[in-house]
Amino acid sequence: MKRVYVKEEWCLGCRLCEYWCVYSGSGEKNFPFAFDKGATPPAGIQVEEVGPVHFAVNCRHCDDPLCLKGCISGALSRDGYGAIRIDKTKCVGCHTCIALCPYGCIVSGGDNMPIKKCQLCAGRDYTPQCVSHCPNEAIVFEEE
Amino acid sequence: MIDYIQPDYEVVRNKELCIKCKVCVRQCANNVHVYDESRDVLYVDNSKCVNCHRCVTLCPAKALKIVKTDHCFKPSANYTEDIIKDIYRQADTGGVLLSSMGTPKSYPVYWDKILLNASQVTNPSIDPLREPMEIRTFLGRKPEEIRYLPDGSIETEKYPNLELKVPIMFSAMSYGSISKNAHIALARAAEQLGTFYNTGEGGLHEDLYKYGPNTIVQVASGRFGVHPAYLDAGAAIEIKIGQGAKPGIGGHLPGSKIGEEVSRTRMIPMGTDAISPAPHHDIYSIEDLRQLVYSLKEATDYKKPVIVKIAAVHNVAAIASGIARSGADIIAIDGFRGGTGAAPTRIRDNVGIPIELALAAVDTRLREEGIRNNVGLVVAGSVRTSADVVKAIALGADAVYIATPALLAIGCHLCRSCHAGRCNWGIATQVPELVQRLNPDVAYKRLVNLVSAWSHEIMEIMGGMGINSIEALRGNRLMLRGIGLTQKELDILGIRHAGE
Repeated sequence: MKRVYVKEEWCLGCRLCEYWCVYSGSGEKNFPFAFDKGATPPAGIQVEEVGPVHFAVNCRHCDDPLCLKGCISGALSRDGYGAIRIDKTKCVGCHTCIALCPYGCIVSGGDNMPIKKCQLCAGRDYTPQCVSHCPNEAIVFEEE
Repeated sequence: MIDYIQPDYEVVRNKELCIKCKVCVRQCANNVHVYDESRDVLYVDNSKCVNCHRCVTLCPAKALKIVKTDHCFKPSANYTEDIIKDIYRQADTGGVLLSSMGTPKSYPVYWDKILLNASQVTNPSIDPLREPMEIRTFLGRKPEEIRYLPDGSIETEKYPNLELKVPIMFSAMSYGSISKNAHIALARAAEQLGTFYNTGEGGLHEDLYKYGPNTIVQVASGRFGVHPAYLDAGAAIEIKIGQGAKPGIGGHLPGSKIGEEVSRTRMIPMGTDAISPAPHHDIYSIEDLRQLVYSLKEATDYKKPVIVKIAAVHNVAAIASGIARSGADIIAIDGFRGGTGAAPTRIRDNVGIPIELALAAVDTRLREEGIRNNVGLVVAGSVRTSADVVKAIALGADAVYIATPALLAIGCHLCRSCHAGRCNWGIATQVPELVQRLNPDVAYKRLVNLVSAWSHEIMEIMGGMGINSIEALRGNRLMLRGIGLTQKELDILGIRHAGE
């Protein structure tokens, strides 16, 4: 399946991917409106940064996903594209998936709130927003 | 000390649109944008802004713009704001003023005072999409006579020539003045386009030897990075005598830019200033130049054409005539509006002559002396569009060198701050975090796009003239007419006035 991959060599740590991810998930028409209520990252993609080293990480949509196995409410499932998706109406915010994810790619949405994770912008007819808005083409959407 | 100099630009933030993502803070190498966490406020230090548009371009909310300040001095047509500020600057530092890229002064641009012809009725125009249109160019010395080989066929390869699929090459920019990623992008684009890029005087990085067939290697007065493998690597060798932006001046790459890789490539110690002398210390005459030309030919088995590059200055025609007799295969002339990574401001803005006049004068002189066929003629120094290319070829050039348009294609915004070494676009810098911003995978495609677009336009313009090969356009000054030029200017350009 096509996944989002980040080329560390070209990642600038500008964090634009995080903001476009939030926008993508907001359902708003205009970019700035997605941030009206102070909604900010962490989003489904996050830039990890230590000193001069920085690169974005997001869900690997593992073949054998621990998060899905461990989900106590059945909120996580795999969709037709192969992406692991979250049903926000079912998620109880127990954070079991966060504890299980070996990549640290699931993000808390706050206490008792649904978690946030990359869904590959699935179900929309465009390339993931983090990919199309990366200024240095450091994020790609392709078969491994 | 009181700072007399107020900022040139103001960064304007639309607070309704700004989402405080702080990409501006993270991307400005000049620290113009600052985020104050305790107040949750973004503010700007306008005095550091060089107007490079990095923040404006990357702002996802389109909340930024940069405007020229309307803070002003009492207007004077004589003591302009620039002159006043330069005087303050020199009073502050006691130093020579430095500038980058081509002169911004309003000297006449002759390209814009020349109009092109098109066919009507009696000599039909040609549609380049339906009929063949040849823009392939061979650069170098041409045979004086037709010779037959023993088997009766015609001898075609007499002198080494460069074959260009488009009459456009990327001019010399050294590794050091621009980043390795910029060089990779130029090399890959030249390879794909079937043309050449030029190493400049900084040697050739070991990773770029594989692009050798599309590389012109330069030998300049500093002789940085020159060794047999380097000369062998290139398709041609260019002796740099002068540069349009700073005729008569050498170069100075500050030690801060001489990191490990630049040091190894240039073959000089890390952290030392790379100083190119103003003259080649072994060239004081055309005879001396001839010795270097033939030394380089000898070193490369007479397989590669040798280019001699000079700045366009007074008496350029006589100088070019000497070069044509020195054994050089190609003469490159660089006009005074050409770019630079750093030059003394007063030199850049006042020394040299426009490339259009130099080109016309040189081509005329070489024809009059019957030696035009001895050399290829390449012009540089502010060839900005495909129309400029066509005009240059019609004035007598074989091909052109472009550099500023190439840099613009890969992100340069002409902020003219190359000499500061903190290029926010990863071009004119050696700071690893900034160099990383220029992904050659992205940049080379943009270069290929630019030159492909220009070649389509060149074919379109040629078709309009009823010309289907670049050979028929070369030196075809009847295709040109001057507009608003004096008789003297028309005489030098060798063209008639519009309406004639």
